[in-house]
Amino acid sequence: MNDITQGLLAALRLIVTFDAELWEISLRSLQVSLTAVIIASAVAMPFGAFLAVQRFKYRRLVISIMNALMGLPPVVVGLVFYILLSRSGPFGVFGLLFTPWAMIIVQIVIISPIIASISHQAMRELWAEYHDLLISLNTSKWQRIKTLIWDGKRNLLTAGLAGFGRAIGEVGAIMIVGGNIEHATRVLTTAIALETGKGDFALALGLGFVLIGLALFVNISIHWLSRTEREGRW
Amino acid sequence: MFPLTLSNVCVRRREKSILGPLDLVVDQEGPTMVIGPNGSGKTTLLRVMHGIERISEGTAEWAQPDHANHAYVFQSPVVLRRTVAENLSYPLFLIKRPKPEINTAVEYWIERIGLGKVANRSATRLSGGERQKLAIARALIRDPEVLFLDEPCSNLDGQSTREIETLLLETAAAGTRIIMATHDMGQARRLAADVIFMKSGRIAETGLAPDVFHAPETSELKAFLKGDILE
Repeated sequence: MNDITQGLLAALRLIVTFDAELWEISLRSLQVSLTAVIIASAVAMPFGAFLAVQRFKYRRLVISIMNALMGLPPVVVGLVFYILLSRSGPFGVFGLLFTPWAMIIVQIVIISPIIASISHQAMRELWAEYHDLLISLNTSKWQRIKTLIWDGKRNLLTAGLAGFGRAIGEVGAIMIVGGNIEHATRVLTTAIALETGKGDFALALGLGFVLIGLALFVNISIHWLSRTEREGRW
Repeated sequence: MFPLTLSNVCVRRREKSILGPLDLVVDQEGPTMVIGPNGSGKTTLLRVMHGIERISEGTAEWAQPDHANHAYVFQSPVVLRRTVAENLSYPLFLIKRPKPEINTAVEYWIERIGLGKVANRSATRLSGGERQKLAIARALIRDPEVLFLDEPCSNLDGQSTREIETLLLETAAAGTRIIMATHDMGQARRLAADVIFMKSGRIAETGLAPDVFHAPETSELKAFLKGDILE
């Protein structure tokens, strides 16, 4: 209990004093996770809609694989990308290892199946509702996908936020490919792991409270901006 | 565009026959009412004519095929999760009509169906009658040559039914060919120029409305018009 109180006080102190390092790693956490969510959503949401409207031979197999990939172990993803991005690896020439871009890439890989799977579920329900109308209006496949994405945007928001929640809280993979380098790749989760390792539980808890606050702030802001609850029944 | 010729059309689902085999020629005159008991194949016949039902056997061919000139109104109106005005503009938006033209058409139809006050409200909040009027206006906004309607007034009150019937009669008078399924005999008598009577997935009788209603030929149609239960 004492640790928690000290953690809350540490968090308060860091925020009130506008601690430069806290701001830096918080902004980097946001930058990495939001970039990953935006890129993953741009690919995964249309893919989820495509799977809802398009029938093809191995569709069920693709959906099963996509759902299974939601449980992808982040540490393994981190390890694989460490090998791929290291100097001796096939993508070593790009010099991405131990940069924020490496962290963004692994987060994209981890959250894309989550966003695609939730999007697919939402789009499938909407497609069942719209199917006859869109067929009778002689729409093209692309027009159907666009319509589903536009009209299902509030459900897709949930998919994006689920991806963001997973990304902002991720530690294993980004620790491996980012290296937790001060002023370069340190983010809130890797800083928490570091402070816990050093035995500074109060600071680790303080950073944890900041992380929770940040995640809640982003979720509430997006819901408020998109007026999810105000316009209700769509 | 006309005639529409259905030759030996059969629709089967999981080896069970839903429709046919049937032959039918639909010409320019109308409105046509498709009548018959529940499960007789009225909806499937309309879907086949509109081209949204997969035919197991036979052919359904228009003299000049142009699917985009058809519109279909479903028994349970499907409204997009958008505003009333956006629902109306959607079919024109799909075919990339210029924005001023879309706005003019939306304004015209929204007033015509009496939904001007709720133009910017979510269409999902409309009542059943309002939804159906919206669905019909959305179907008509592209000025289709043929309008298919599947029991559009089945769950509506008298006033909404009257408004929709008036709209359909005006539409027919303006030159749109109407083909409509209904189990409401009063409505069929009010609107029909000719009638298709369906029974067990087949066309049991066709003819001009006065002939069908006053001098039915088949025992099934006689029984149906009397109000008997057909099995």
